[in-house]
Amino acid sequence: MTTAPRNAPMALRVAPMALRLALIILLAALVLAPGLFEPVFAPIAPVGGPVIYTRSSLLSLSLSHLGLVAAASLASTIVAVTLAILVTRPAGEAFRPLSRSITNIGQTFPPVAVLALAVPALGFGVGPTLVALFLYGLLPIFENAMTGLTTLPPQVLEAARGTGLSRRQRLWQVELPLAAPVILAGIRLSLVIALGTATIGSTVAARTLGEVIIAGLLTSNTAFVLQGGLIVGLFAALLYDAMVQIERRLARRMGRS
Amino acid sequence: MIEIDRLTRLYDGKPACDAVSMTIETGTITAIVGTSGSGKTTLLRMINRLVEPSSGEVRINGTPTHSEKPHLLRRRIGYAIQGHGLFPHHTVGRNIGAVPRLLGWPKDRIAARVDELLTLFSMDPSEFRDRFPAELSGGQQQRVGVARALASRPDLLLMDEPFGALDPIIRTRAQDDLRQIQRHLGSTILIVTHDMDEAIRLADRIAVMDAGKLVQYGTPAEIIAHPATPFVAEMVGEADRPLRLLALLQVSELAESGPADGPEIAPDATLRDALSACLWSGRESLPVRGTTQRVTLEAIRSRAGAHA
Repeated sequence: MTTAPRNAPMALRVAPMALRLALIILLAALVLAPGLFEPVFAPIAPVGGPVIYTRSSLLSLSLSHLGLVAAASLASTIVAVTLAILVTRPAGEAFRPLSRSITNIGQTFPPVAVLALAVPALGFGVGPTLVALFLYGLLPIFENAMTGLTTLPPQVLEAARGTGLSRRQRLWQVELPLAAPVILAGIRLSLVIALGTATIGSTVAARTLGEVIIAGLLTSNTAFVLQGGLIVGLFAALLYDAMVQIERRLARRMGRS
Repeated sequence: MIEIDRLTRLYDGKPACDAVSMTIETGTITAIVGTSGSGKTTLLRMINRLVEPSSGEVRINGTPTHSEKPHLLRRRIGYAIQGHGLFPHHTVGRNIGAVPRLLGWPKDRIAARVDELLTLFSMDPSEFRDRFPAELSGGQQQRVGVARALASRPDLLLMDEPFGALDPIIRTRAQDDLRQIQRHLGSTILIVTHDMDEAIRLADRIAVMDAGKLVQYGTPAEIIAHPATPFVAEMVGEADRPLRLLALLQVSELAESGPADGPEIAPDATLRDALSACLWSGRESLPVRGTTQRVTLEAIRSRAGAHA
């Protein structure tokens, strides 16, 4: 979903907005009134079996899923951005390779393995899922924050020093705002991955939309799988789009568009 | 008054700037000229401590620059660089007001100063104040960059090749504007350039640097007429010397009574322009506008020859 240039024909300008709206309505209907879709899913449900998942409210599953992703991504963002800031300061430069390795390990370790390892320590439920999502989300944010903070226009940094901004002022008033679009792109990537990955949290009894998919897999009910998958997919697509819009707006304000 | 006292900067044991001493009078423009690698930028950057000197010191109105924190020092010294370095995420007004904001000026005083400077640089405040740098032309960005450097009425303005990124026509205009604004505000300016023409056009005093050393420091006329080393002579350009010398002098200096025909020349035009007009129109003398006087080819010739 891209934004068409200002001089594009009306239809081209309205189309992305219309598509966005349609997807939001579809998602809302799937979550709030799943019964409406019974005729759609009926053909792929097992004969005589349930078509619509009703064991728990899809709204509460969605909220719990989103809450889990938000909490894990917030933690990843804080840790990854802080780390990136520290290792791009002169004093922290020596730690750059080390922090790279750590975040890389976070990404290479499969979330399923993290879950399996974390359950004995943290027990079933939300804990292991949060840990897995947190570790898995670090790398994209860290890498993007590093890129954003190390590719700033040198003249602007020189001017910021020459103007008499202190180190702290340079970071908050110049470096972070200018790196923001790139950092946000990392957060977006991380969020979308986390939205999908969170579904496996249901294998260790975290309340996520994965519950619907797993129930479908266990009972060979394709309708459940599709229902759960569709909701997660739509959340991911809409979130991705919203983040892209924010990044664009920021980039445009900074004359980088 | 700015005193630079045996200022040295070593890189890997080799001096990039080697015991340079010079005194800059308040309210003048001084140009530091040299080829790349001559240490001119290092010298400039040591003054606001973007580069810390290995030895030596700088005193501004008697106070050594190492007696306060670098970022506080820099708020008292304007700094303009090639390619302007404007903050792309701040409006023109916020860019110009950057240092006053750091100094804690009240909002209305900053706003008034921003409008005053924009007007001074022939940019309509209501039109430009709220624009972003990316929406300006190269010449306008550069003017905003200089306006930002002047905003807090600094003791000293440092400029590092400020016009380097501009095309020749806009560049000449920017130089004229700078000269005019400097006279208007009485600012003290230290400008680094590799362009001797720019130095001669702008500066009251020129410092020529070569391989980290200050090889000559004098008025443009002295530098042109008596280059201290072969390097300075080369920077001035052997063949252009008489013309450069004439370009420093005004027609009114040689005006004498007597008749002359043809188009008039302004009394504040340079002798170089007068020579050019004589040669082009094949005349021996030109009438000076607003007077009954004239300037003759003969007088110009003997003035160019009187350098020694």
